[in-house]
Amino acid sequence: MDHDSYSNEYILGILKSCKTIAMVGASPHWNRPSYFAMKYLQDKGYRVIPVNPTAVGQEILGEKVYASLRDIPDRIDMVDCFRAAKAIPPLAEDAIAIGAKVLWMQLGIRNDAAARKAEAAGLKVVMNRCPKIEFGRLSGEIAWMGVNTRVISSKRQKKV
Amino acid sequence: MPKQSSEARYGFETLSIHAGAAPDPTTGARTTPIYQTTSYVFDDVDHAASLFNLQTFGNIYTRLTNPTTSVLEERVAALEGGTAALATASGHAAQLVCFHALMGPGDHIVASRKLYGGSITQIGHSFKKFAWDSTFVDPDDPKNFAKALTPKTKAIFIESLANPGGVVCDIAAIAKIAHKAGVPLVVDNTLASPYLCRPFEWGADIVIHSMTKFLGGHGNSIGGIIVEGGKFDWSATPKAYPTLTEPTASYHGLRFFETFGNMAFAVACRAVGLRDLGPAISPMNSFLILTGIETLSLRMQRHCENALAVAKFLQKHKKVSWVSYAGLAKDKYHGLAKKYLPLGAGSVFTFGVKGGYQAGVKLVENVEILSHLANIGDTRSLIIHPASTTHRQLSAEQLLAAGAGPDVVRLSIGIESVADIIHDLDQALAKT
Repeated sequence: MDHDSYSNEYILGILKSCKTIAMVGASPHWNRPSYFAMKYLQDKGYRVIPVNPTAVGQEILGEKVYASLRDIPDRIDMVDCFRAAKAIPPLAEDAIAIGAKVLWMQLGIRNDAAARKAEAAGLKVVMNRCPKIEFGRLSGEIAWMGVNTRVISSKRQKKV
Repeated sequence: MPKQSSEARYGFETLSIHAGAAPDPTTGARTTPIYQTTSYVFDDVDHAASLFNLQTFGNIYTRLTNPTTSVLEERVAALEGGTAALATASGHAAQLVCFHALMGPGDHIVASRKLYGGSITQIGHSFKKFAWDSTFVDPDDPKNFAKALTPKTKAIFIESLANPGGVVCDIAAIAKIAHKAGVPLVVDNTLASPYLCRPFEWGADIVIHSMTKFLGGHGNSIGGIIVEGGKFDWSATPKAYPTLTEPTASYHGLRFFETFGNMAFAVACRAVGLRDLGPAISPMNSFLILTGIETLSLRMQRHCENALAVAKFLQKHKKVSWVSYAGLAKDKYHGLAKKYLPLGAGSVFTFGVKGGYQAGVKLVENVEILSHLANIGDTRSLIIHPASTTHRQLSAEQLLAAGAGPDVVRLSIGIESVADIIHDLDQALAKT
């Protein structure tokens, strides 16, 4: 797996197959990137469950916050990590343990050892990307910001 | 040779026509519509708040984004191989917005001294009002850039192919110097256009264009653009680039690099520079430039072919003392041109007319097909005598340094029948 460059098909396959996302490091503060991403993904029809031990007992955007991935009673398709690279290995183990299909690390975050472990357990891995930006890019929305979406099509835009 | 990105699946000509321009989602219109509107309705109050806070993607006001302009931005980003782009009202506006994101009072730019005269004036004089300092160096020896660096230097600025002298910069060598110093290399790629040179492949971090020139190509619209390469780590030196890495008070503490990653520079230029300084491009101009870009490769091929033929003709002319065109085999910059501009050395070059200043004035006044005007990169062939026009605000010393001495005539060779261009120059030279 080339983690320097993902094909549109690979990312699109993940975004289409996942419905429930556990967001590790989701912030209750409305001006943090994780909050932006959670709100955006909710608007696009995903259920996003926040994981943040410092915010247990609270709700973020209407969802109960859990202390760890293993505490979540619902089935999780994707684990999206807003955590530093060194914090990823135990999250990768948790993601494997709860039967997640995708381990996703946010912009600026990459841990190749954790990625190999998750891939060996059959998970798909994305690093140094943001699902909000990827959704916006592949749905054509983000083109409003002048972004090079690398999508070329002579067909009318379809919803992701 | 530069490594080809594995995502670059389409050829340059395909991208020139298709990048960014899927059929209009509402009407199915195949050509990009001109969205001649100032503003866009919100779905509801929450949607408005999300847009203003940059939490979702969408249009608010044409000073910030416009669907026609967005297609143009994506098109140029794709042609240059960048992550994102931001169009502006002019090339000068692009430079202003770009440096506004990089610089603070007391910061410093190291720039090539062989630049478009207007850029020397903008950087050397107008930027001083913001307390942005600068040092101009001879780009022929890349080490000159290293020598001029200070602890306050925030960028190195060059033109890939310089106007008017036909100077080609050693982009890869200068990029290495910039990166060693932890600063981005900003390259004005106007004269080459991405068809002839793609500076990101050689290590540049930001590319700027006056789209008024070859991208638009028809001399009908003013526009500029900033393209982000997406590889520069803005956080490598703590607090060196606060616009990118520190909380932005006017966006409730948002940090652009943390939030937008490899497109943070373009987003910051838009959300801060374009929002607060205001030089937005008109949607009509975006449309005209987009239409021009569809034929960029065809035009550049003919521009280069004609320019080489005219340069060879002038080289042998008895009233011409020298020709400076990197496409000529014995030119000082031919080696660099072969490396960085393998498909042609562009169509803007200079030559010396025997008889100096007065002969230069006579020549430009006697042409009949070439147009005497202050632009380049038009379908039409253009001629100017820089010392009496574009560069007249420079001192005698600066004129020589910029390659615009009293006998210098600058040509921008168009795509007319080359025999007619040559005949016109011949008859006008006879009158000098």
